[in-house]
Parts: sequence; C-alpha cells; structure tokens
Amino acid sequence: MRRVFILLVVAGFGVIFAGLVTGYSERQALSALATFYLTEVPVDLGAANVVTGILISFRGFDTLGEVAVLFMVAASVGVILASEPGDKPLLLPAIGGKGQGPSELVRNGAEVVLPLIFLFGTYVIMNGHLSAGGGFQGGAVVASGVMLMMLAYPTGPLHHGFLTITETLAGVFYVSIGILGMVLAGGFLDSHILPRGEFGTLFSAGAIPLISMLLGIKVGAELSVIIDRFRN
Amino acid sequence: MGVPISQILLTTGFLLVLIGFWGILRHRNILRIIIGFSLIDTGMHIVLVATGYITGGTAPIIDEALGIKEAATRTVDPIPAALVVTAIVIGFSVTAIMLSFAIRLHATRKTLSIDALTESRW
Repeated sequence: MRRVFILLVVAGFGVIFAGLVTGYSERQALSALATFYLTEVPVDLGAANVVTGILISFRGFDTLGEVAVLFMVAASVGVILASEPGDKPLLLPAIGGKGQGPSELVRNGAEVVLPLIFLFGTYVIMNGHLSAGGGFQGGAVVASGVMLMMLAYPTGPLHHGFLTITETLAGVFYVSIGILGMVLAGGFLDSHILPRGEFGTLFSAGAIPLISMLLGIKVGAELSVIIDRFRN
Repeated sequence: MGVPISQILLTTGFLLVLIGFWGILRHRNILRIIIGFSLIDTGMHIVLVATGYITGGTAPIIDEALGIKEAATRTVDPIPAALVVTAIVIGFSVTAIMLSFAIRLHATRKTLSIDALTESRW
C-alpha cells in the first residue's frame, strides 16, 4: 500500500518534470540583465570573471548575508550539539587515548597533499576575479584541507579560538570595506575605492580581489568551525 | 546535432530530484532522508544552471579566447551561475543543521529511525 503510494507520488512528479523538459526550448539569446552584467563587469569593474563580479559587487550585500547565514549555522550547530555539564558527550571522542589512531597511509598522505590543497585554495581565492573560482569556492577547498588535517592529526594543532578570531576579523574587515565604499565611492561594498588597474592582472578590478580574499578566509574558517563542531 | 545540452542537463537534474523524493518517502532512517534531501538539492542546482545555457555559449570569463567586445554575444547567462553559488551554500547549511539534529536524535532515542518520533505525528 505504502509502496504503491510512493510510486504514484514519484511517478506524478516524473510526469510533471518530463513535461517541463520536453517543453523547454534552449535559449538563443541573453536577457537584458545578463547583457548588462556581461558588458558592465569587465568594463566598469575591470573583473575578467563575470560571475565573481556579480557575486562580489552587484550582489555583494547578498553575499554578505550568505556569510552571515554560514556564521549562524556554525553557531547553531554548536548550540544543538553542546552537551550539558554532567552529561556524557554526545559524540564519541574522535580518537580517544586508547582508540585506534589514523593509519600510516592517511598521515603520510596528508603530509604530502595538505600543502598542495592549501596552496590550491589560496590560488583559487586570489584569482577569483581572473579565472573560474572565487571566495566561496576557494574557502571550500581550504576547509576540505582542514578536514583532512583533522583526520590525520586528531589531537592536532588546530585551535578553535584561532578559527573563531580569524573568522571574526575577516567579517569585520569585510564590513569595513563595505562602509569605506559608502564613504569613498558610490555605495555599500562599491569596489571602486581602489584603482581599477590593468585589466587581467592580479592587482586589478578595484577592491574585488580584497573582498574576495576576505570572503575566502571567512568561508574557509566558518566551514572549518562547522567541521570542528561535529568532531567534538 | 543531437539532443540539446540543456535538455540533457535538465533530465539529469530532474532525475536526481526524483531519486531524492523516492529516497525521502521510502526510507525511515533519518540519515537516508538527509541524503535524499541532498540529492534534491543537487538536482535543483543542475536544473538552475541548465536554464542559463545559451546555444553555443562559453563560460563568462574574459581572456584571450573571448574579447570584451564579444562577451555579450558568445557567453552563457552568468546570473544562474551566481545564484547557484548562493544556493549551494544554503544547501550546505541546511544539511549541516539536519545532521546535527540527527546526532541529537540518536543521543536521546538511541535510534536513527523516524518511527521513534511518534509524539510529533499529527
């Protein structure tokens, strides 16, 4: 009975989706808004990657809200998983004193791969305005490296307070740059506060690389905090 | 000229959504329900990106192969891509919250089955 009902529901959605797919004809031309972004981002902002230009400049306030959402998630995961004093801990300690440690393979592999992951994450963050990538993507790469580090060194050097302070400082600088944009240029998070520079070089596109870097640091730290909360 | 690219992407995305629906409805284990939700999420992202494809378009990144002048005629729509970056982060956040609730549930009920939560049934 239950199974038939589920099949009916899924089949119903399948029919709706099939109608959508067959009725969709591939777009041949860009919308007016997309054309505006595609002409304005390279010329006015000086960013080669249009998506990053939209994310950091035109939709910069939205991106700031996004980072705030991540911060709230990190905080609420901490609240939900917090164990009251006297309770036994919710999660088993990742690797206890007598438990099994990470294998030789994980530890040696981490030593080889970790610097490369962090370097790649930094590269993706710093070149967000030039090629595919940006703050969110690079931050996620860095956080995946942090996760590997936690697996390889369970009692490792990563300090919770360090992550929190990094994240807070990045957030403060992000908002300060936004306010600077209001004072020196057209509005909140306006990237014209720095010179536009030569198109296609690392130091170009006004404040976009700077904002992208802060965003990357903040996202990386926040994701690491979330991973860290699940650990203990 | 075979099937258009956006059609393939739409089919893939909607199939993932259907698999996710099936997973959510079929299983009683909360972890599997969360996996189903993740599948729906991913499928929706693929669908969103697919709607931004313009026939013959390339990535909206200006370099030697794509001059500033022809950017507005030869690229795909950058707006869905920018929106999907946002959507991925929201999906990640929701998944993280759901997983922490699952851990809470397991700590209080010693089971991951949603059948244990009878009092919240209507």
